[in-house]
Amino acid sequence: MARRSAPANAVIGLRIIAAGAMTSIQDGGRHGWRHLGVPASGTLDPQAMRIANRLVGNDGEAPVLETFDGGLHLRAEGGAFRLALAGSIKAVRHGADGSSPLPPWRSHLLRDGEEIRLLACIGDQRCATIAIAGIVVPHQLGSASTYVRAGLGGIDGRNLEAGDLVPATPADGHIERRLQHAPAPETGPIRIVAGPQDDHFASAALNLLTSAEYRVGTDADRMGMRLTGPALAHRDADSREIVSDATVPGSVQVPGNGLPIVLLADGQTAGGYPKIATVITADLPRIGTLRPGSTVRFTWVDVSTAQAVARAHADRLAALLHTIVDCQGDFVPAAADLGRANIAGCAVNALDPSTWSPP
Amino acid sequence: MNDTMRLLPCADGAVTIELGDAIDSRILARVEALSAALHEAAHSGRLPGILDVVQTFRSVTLRYDPLAATLAEISAGIAEIAACVRPGNGPAGQSWCLPVCYGGAFGPDLTAVAEATGLAPEAVGAQHAAGHYRVAMLGFLPGFPFMDGVAPGLRLPRRTDPRLRVPSGSVAVAGPLTAIYPWESPGGWHLIGRCPLPMFDPARPRPALLAPGDRVRFFEIPPERFAAIAQRIADGGLVASEWHDAVPRQTP
Repeated sequence: MARRSAPANAVIGLRIIAAGAMTSIQDGGRHGWRHLGVPASGTLDPQAMRIANRLVGNDGEAPVLETFDGGLHLRAEGGAFRLALAGSIKAVRHGADGSSPLPPWRSHLLRDGEEIRLLACIGDQRCATIAIAGIVVPHQLGSASTYVRAGLGGIDGRNLEAGDLVPATPADGHIERRLQHAPAPETGPIRIVAGPQDDHFASAALNLLTSAEYRVGTDADRMGMRLTGPALAHRDADSREIVSDATVPGSVQVPGNGLPIVLLADGQTAGGYPKIATVITADLPRIGTLRPGSTVRFTWVDVSTAQAVARAHADRLAALLHTIVDCQGDFVPAAADLGRANIAGCAVNALDPSTWSPP
Repeated sequence: MNDTMRLLPCADGAVTIELGDAIDSRILARVEALSAALHEAAHSGRLPGILDVVQTFRSVTLRYDPLAATLAEISAGIAEIAACVRPGNGPAGQSWCLPVCYGGAFGPDLTAVAEATGLAPEAVGAQHAAGHYRVAMLGFLPGFPFMDGVAPGLRLPRRTDPRLRVPSGSVAVAGPLTAIYPWESPGGWHLIGRCPLPMFDPARPRPALLAPGDRVRFFEIPPERFAAIAQRIADGGLVASEWHDAVPRQTP
């Protein structure tokens, strides 16, 4: 099996001191290979990828680091690097002049030897995205996205580990940029379209799926998430399996035990379970990044609604990207950021952000 | 072909064109013809916004960019293309004759398959190797070929206790299907042997050794030949085309 490593001459970049949970390199995805069984992979949160990349001056679909919850700890090695964090996440910078909060939705210059540490995601979403200006990652089958099961993309086709170096181009003294308003968190039920095998289920099951409350099970990763909640009854015993049929990210398949599984970016390309519904593309990032234990509610929509929502989302992202502005001078944390970091209320040691209690 | 197909939307990013609900050579012939026509239409730009064209035993699924095309536009394009498709117009595919070492540690289920089918253990490998198989689809894992054509006497339901770890290269049977596991993975099929060839290599122009439409035969090799072929692969001295059918088999 052909395996590639980072270029041998790349001795500068971001060193992984602690890898956190399921941290991987992802981009816009590996499209056009599903007929050979290769899923698209790619970021679970495309909006975060696009905003973070634009903040550091990258192409919108350039490779980013995707990580879950806190724990990721990086150090700049061999130069200064510009990076930006996207997501509802608390992070700190450790430098020669002490520690300070590193807020998301703006770019930062991490000087040689400085470190950043991700503390915790806030709320039900557990995914954070880090864009690095001039990140250098080879492509495989047209994408840098990591797909662990086939050893594709990223660094040696695996999740990042302590000791890895993510190669990048040193940053110039360019002015920092920030997003004026962080994206508003979305609320409301996850929208689904019936099918392609909704006819394999009793009508009571179709009603139950949108009236009951489900929870994200502990079995949740980039491939998919098992939901716990009331079981969905198939129409009859013969309806529990189908002759293998294609799946897509967002497919809600229901095996014999009646508990739905939502397939995500790394999900298999075909399967033999009937699919009661498909999550609309606009809501896929929202459900895909939920932490285990979170509640999920679904609501039915038709395809034209799903298309309209997809266009509205794209328009809203374009408008958000237009609010990116240059920042002048050193960053001064806004009162709201300080409040969110709980500096005033719960600090144990005001100079050591790692002692700040999580929300 | 339009009168016998159902369009099943998968929200706003994909649509499945269902041509049947069985593993059946007539359905597969229609799938192959339609899939080839849709691949062509996607590559030529006649159908805009297409990200993937995926064939299965009984359907073709198009994944598309919902910002580049609507379901109505895609459906109209599919209807127009399907109207001109004739079963049998699928691609010829490549023909392969692949080495398999049957039984022993490489085929831990071979004895159980022999018992369940009433065949002698040597006959299981011989019958499997004598078959003519067709790659109907890839899926489950990158490069995992679902091959149709297992002889009726060798057909068994899947194992009742799926394995958590099936070694890569394992040659397996379940019902009318046979496959080669490209990666170590969980699996519920009966393992009867192992093939030393890498089934998926991103460095190849077509990373999957086998693709839908390909035809496959097998020939039995002893363990020492398996080791020799594996060594040549590790040394980089073996190319996939050596295993095209009609190429005389030589000892590596």
